[in-house]
Amino acid sequence: MQTKYRILLPLISLAVLLAATFWMQPRTMSYFGVNLLFNLAVPIALATIAQMMIIMVNDIDLGMGAFVSLVACVVATFLQDTPVLGTIMLIGLILSYAAMGALIHRLELPAIVVTLGMSFVWGGLALFILPSPGGASPGWLRALMTSKPPLMPMAVVAAILFSIVTHLLIMRSGIGTVLRGVGGNTRAVQRAGWSVIWLKALAYGLAGLFAVLAGMALVGLTTSADANIALRYTLLSIAGVILGGGEFIGGKVSPTGAVIGALTLTLASSFLNFMRLNPDWQIGAQGAILILVLTARLLFAKREART
Amino acid sequence: MENVASGNAPIVTLTDAEKHFGPVRALDGVSLSISPGECLGLVGHNGAGKSTLVNLINGGLAPSAGQITYTDGSGKDTLNPMSAGVRSVFQELSLCPNLTVAENLRISHSDLKGAGWRRRAREEISAALDQVFPGHGIDAGIEVDQLSIAQRQMVEIAIGFSPRGSTARLVILDEPTSSLDAGIAEQLLDHIRTFCAAGGAVIFITHMMGEIFATASRIVVMSDGKVVADKPTTDFTRQGLVDAMGHVAANSDPETQTEKRVLTEEILRTSQGLSAHRGEIVGLSGLAGHGQAEALARLYFESTSSWRSLGSKSQMVFVAGDRGRDGVLPLWSILRNASITVLGQGKWLLDRKAEAEFGETWKDRVGIRTDNIDNPILSLSGGNQQKVLFARALASDAPVVIMDDPMRGVDVGTKRDVYRMIREEAARGRTFLWYSTETAEVCECDRVFVYRNHEISAELTGDDITEDKILAASFEMQEA
Repeated sequence: MQTKYRILLPLISLAVLLAATFWMQPRTMSYFGVNLLFNLAVPIALATIAQMMIIMVNDIDLGMGAFVSLVACVVATFLQDTPVLGTIMLIGLILSYAAMGALIHRLELPAIVVTLGMSFVWGGLALFILPSPGGASPGWLRALMTSKPPLMPMAVVAAILFSIVTHLLIMRSGIGTVLRGVGGNTRAVQRAGWSVIWLKALAYGLAGLFAVLAGMALVGLTTSADANIALRYTLLSIAGVILGGGEFIGGKVSPTGAVIGALTLTLASSFLNFMRLNPDWQIGAQGAILILVLTARLLFAKREART
Repeated sequence: MENVASGNAPIVTLTDAEKHFGPVRALDGVSLSISPGECLGLVGHNGAGKSTLVNLINGGLAPSAGQITYTDGSGKDTLNPMSAGVRSVFQELSLCPNLTVAENLRISHSDLKGAGWRRRAREEISAALDQVFPGHGIDAGIEVDQLSIAQRQMVEIAIGFSPRGSTARLVILDEPTSSLDAGIAEQLLDHIRTFCAAGGAVIFITHMMGEIFATASRIVVMSDGKVVADKPTTDFTRQGLVDAMGHVAANSDPETQTEKRVLTEEILRTSQGLSAHRGEIVGLSGLAGHGQAEALARLYFESTSSWRSLGSKSQMVFVAGDRGRDGVLPLWSILRNASITVLGQGKWLLDRKAEAEFGETWKDRVGIRTDNIDNPILSLSGGNQQKVLFARALASDAPVVIMDDPMRGVDVGTKRDVYRMIREEAARGRTFLWYSTETAEVCECDRVFVYRNHEISAELTGDDITEDKILAASFEMQEA
């Protein structure tokens, strides 16, 4: 599928789901309602972008949820109490993500194993910092996440902002193009004189950066943290990337699609709530929505191949 | 090119360069220099060390012994092949399929940056394509995986010749015409001649004798990691060149019999009109990318991959031309790659002993050059990998063998071996469907279907199979 068409299906899925939600619960069709619907999508969108950076270079990150949880714990404790130390710790976390990328490339380790292993390290550190749920959100972060910009709710503004920034970074900039090239054909990039280890470190570093932003946004919304607060982000972020038109291998990703995918996933759970579906069934129903969208994509791709 | 100051100082000079991979001496003391304006034809059979030599020159590998020096455009000595203007176009396609044509230029041109770099990239690659392949019809904004294999190769060649912030002074072309049809290949050869006349240098690796004699000013013959001949092209004859390459089966083989075979029953007919009889070698020809490969793939998948197909015993086997995509299992050994079709058929556990015997038999039968068939498949040269794929297909008992341009980038000796095997198997009643971009190969077939625009434009049999008739059928519409 060509890139310019790859974004269509995620957009249609989101529109259909949104229309269904508005139809079932017309009161959500307001500034306040939309904000409520998409509020929690902001950290998920950021985590999805982070996951996309990793999928872009043909890897997958199974430690995303644990990492975001760790960031949330650091934000709710150190960043709140000792901002300088907290900032240094967050920068250190981003750098450690970059180092992890370099290590995975250098030792030719499977990313899936390394990131899964690291998820226990992140989880352990998070428990160490915050053994029981608590902490507090820095005031400025809280203010930012609950701000009420004119015309559009904060969540929508944030989603648009993220898609523009990451689109420019990944799809339009030179370095973003080279990074996607790593996913497409690593050897070609290497032969052209690039240092692939630096590129991988950069991709992982970017992932770390967006994961840190995700953790901060999450604390801004929830005002406290817990070592297990974002564990489900791992699978949500992977699903978001795929839902948004990305592919697991080949460097075919779409930042705008990833943001839309995250919004769709968040909306799907609200939609199921409105349907008064038993919470026990919700995970299954979310999975069903995912399969539905992927099936549609496959059918599109097949039809295109025939013509 | 525009730099007159550089004079005739060689762009690259190798002095006793050696490269060892473990105990294997891939390159065994090569001294060579290439000056501006030269077009060097590099020939040798598979595994002779051509690729290693190229990788030493472009800086992809460091020599184990000996020296390599470069001079840049202003005549200064340098150790960096990039600043000397050395470019490579590789045999196996090395573009990023997920990026657009213009974005692929960005990968090898790091000075493209700042606002508007995408527009500049599009302009530069379009200009380069126009220059090498006038009338190419490739949109610089299209993603590479939407292009045919021939178009991809055109893009890759154009990137090799494009300025990329400096000047291309030495362009290394490794089998550049292997997936191009005759017309496009001729455009490339024209461009090489123009480029060399303007002071550029080219190293041109090909298995097509005609192309070497048409373009090269000097021919270097390699064999077993050594340069065995290095003379101006005018000092070579075709026969002399083949002899110098030292392949045993150099003379035209006497058993190329064209006896009329009695046609047996028709075993295959598609709605498109493609048909084959038992024991027949059917060729598919026409310009590259006119639907031949798709027709074969459709035929194959319909018979093997349908849920409704009868039983698991396949009636067809497939020999891939695009080895990386359709052929080799890169992580597996040579043996496993060959035995996959027969592996464990009818049994629950693998019969390791039978598999090893199988491996030895086929190693000798198709002549795979390796000391241990448990080595990874990627340790073999391209031609030997292809032999493994042939062994994989021929080892099965399927009556129909489908071949999708299998001789891409395979040396003359291997080709002769394979032709002989195909003839033998056909005589035993096997049917071959053979798509090839080389007309000479197609002329060996019993029946030829010429494709144009995804349809069969002509069916030729017996004495009607000539290069002229095939070409006429490929082009008819354009001339009318």
